[in-house]
Amino acid sequence: MAATSQARVGTLPTEHWRPARSLWADAWLTFTRDKLAMVGLFMLAFLVLAVVVGPFLYEHPTGVIDFSKSLEGPSLEHPFGTDDLGRDLLGRILWGGRVSITVGITAVALAITLGMTVGALAGYFGRLDDPLMRVTDVFLSLPILPLLLVIIYLFRDSITQRFGPDVGIFLMIVTVIGILNWMPVARLVRASFLSLKNKEFVEAARCVGDRDGRIIFRHILPNVLSPVLVAATIGVGGAILTESTLSFLGLGFPPDVPTWGRLLFDSQQFLDIAPHWPIFPGLCIFVIVLSINFIGDGLRDALDPRRKI
Amino acid sequence: MGRFIARRLLIAIPTLVAISFIMYAILALAPIDPLASFGADPRVPPEARENIRRALGLDQPWPIRYVKWFTAMLQGDFGISFMSHSSVTTLIAQRLPNTLAVVGVAYLVGIAVAIPIGILSAVRRNSITDHVVSTFAYAGFSVPTFFTGIVLIIIFTIKLRWLPFIYDSTLKITDLGSLGSQLKQSIMPIAVLGLFDAAVLTRYVRSEMLEHLPLDYVRTARAKGLGERVVVVRHALRNSLIPVVTLIALGVPAVFAGAIVTEQVFHVPGIGELLVRSIGNGDTPVVSAIVMIFAALVVVFNLVADVLYAVLDPRIRYG
Repeated sequence: MAATSQARVGTLPTEHWRPARSLWADAWLTFTRDKLAMVGLFMLAFLVLAVVVGPFLYEHPTGVIDFSKSLEGPSLEHPFGTDDLGRDLLGRILWGGRVSITVGITAVALAITLGMTVGALAGYFGRLDDPLMRVTDVFLSLPILPLLLVIIYLFRDSITQRFGPDVGIFLMIVTVIGILNWMPVARLVRASFLSLKNKEFVEAARCVGDRDGRIIFRHILPNVLSPVLVAATIGVGGAILTESTLSFLGLGFPPDVPTWGRLLFDSQQFLDIAPHWPIFPGLCIFVIVLSINFIGDGLRDALDPRRKI
Repeated sequence: MGRFIARRLLIAIPTLVAISFIMYAILALAPIDPLASFGADPRVPPEARENIRRALGLDQPWPIRYVKWFTAMLQGDFGISFMSHSSVTTLIAQRLPNTLAVVGVAYLVGIAVAIPIGILSAVRRNSITDHVVSTFAYAGFSVPTFFTGIVLIIIFTIKLRWLPFIYDSTLKITDLGSLGSQLKQSIMPIAVLGLFDAAVLTRYVRSEMLEHLPLDYVRTARAKGLGERVVVVRHALRNSLIPVVTLIALGVPAVFAGAIVTEQVFHVPGIGELLVRSIGNGDTPVVSAIVMIFAALVVVFNLVADVLYAVLDPRIRYG
């Protein structure tokens, strides 16, 4: 990011000299010194790698139904045990994890895009500020979980008819989570825009003839990226939790898409015979959300301009 | 002060109206027929279906239905449930005590746990206690409540056979025995929600205490020879609690929303369970009433938080 690289003013005594580092390189250095954040990063990398590569290496056909092996505890053949239809749980967790993680990332990408658009417009154009912030306040007062349940219930049938059961539900869950979670980002971006738009560098850009669009994207937006990055990271954890909550309430993905929340939902009737069933998907949700929170907090500290290096 | 509250109310009321309108529009425009179960039943003749429709007021355009529904709601009338044919207000009134008994108590437990351990962890910063508390807090709000609930059920109901996992709301407390069963059946849901609330609040308490402990007035208190306990509790804590109290108020709606999941896990017949059940049955009057209650909780507690903040912190001027 050339625009944000630090210019070293004046001359430093040679013994204090060090190679010039960009803001992002500095942040990375601080981040790598944060033990919890690094633990989070490794756990997350492991899980992501497992669900991306795992299904290719672990060759257990996930859909195979075998009633003679139903509800078995963990064994060498089935490391995480089997479900009521005798399907291998490790294989299902790996497949379902792909869906859970994709939902989290896509929903947050949508929320961030919406939030940055609204925030930038409201912060930059004074005329739009009041109406847009009113809308934001109304959205912030919406009861999110109840509304999610209602919307998904109401629109599930018509959307699955149009896009098919798997893609339809995916699109719907991502859209609804995205539309109900952009507000904090919008406020964050608006606040930064308000404080930055009257700074000298923006005035200078305007003096050399830059138009509004260029000022917004090229000059102000890069300065807003670090708080947005932190919000996005933590948002992914939140979105994964929301998706698994929906699936757990039976309003998420259909039974053949074994997201982690769905696996927990299905396991409920068999807790007495198969207590192993909910443990592994539950642990997966826990570990991924925990590691994302660790990373988010580490990023917040690392990107804080007041930090000491 | 009065003017400040009045102005906040003037913002809160249009917000609630806007939310009720959005919600009603979503329900009305959704491509799903509230009478679908009747429609699928071939024994119901079309004219009977039309009559039901008219009796429920569904033949009118939805903006008119919205105005009628809204004015009735202002008088405390949420309409008649499609499924049970009893008044929605009665249905909710039956279930609210169960939700409050679980969610309310859990939130109080959470607060009671969070404040002392938050203080402890801030006062002994970077000690083993602090690390244990912080890890617990991180873990507590990263683990979904339905997973904690299931784990508790596996341990205490299935393996140890100590506690029941289905909440019996017909239980009346008459003697020590029934009090014991009430405690037994509510301990797991309260523990699950309480742990989650405690985890969230502990972080707030800790970080607020850490902001205040290095300040000058704390040093002054120490310098004039006050004991450490007095310095922490009477001086630092009182100021740290100002933002924490507002956060406790702001957290109330989220706590109720969290109850939706916990009530589902432990089969507590509260309003969250009623919401999920009514959504499944397409019982629109009940669904809209409960969503409105949740929306009102958000708006009301935002207002409460604002007012509390202004009351507790004399530096805030009522603008």
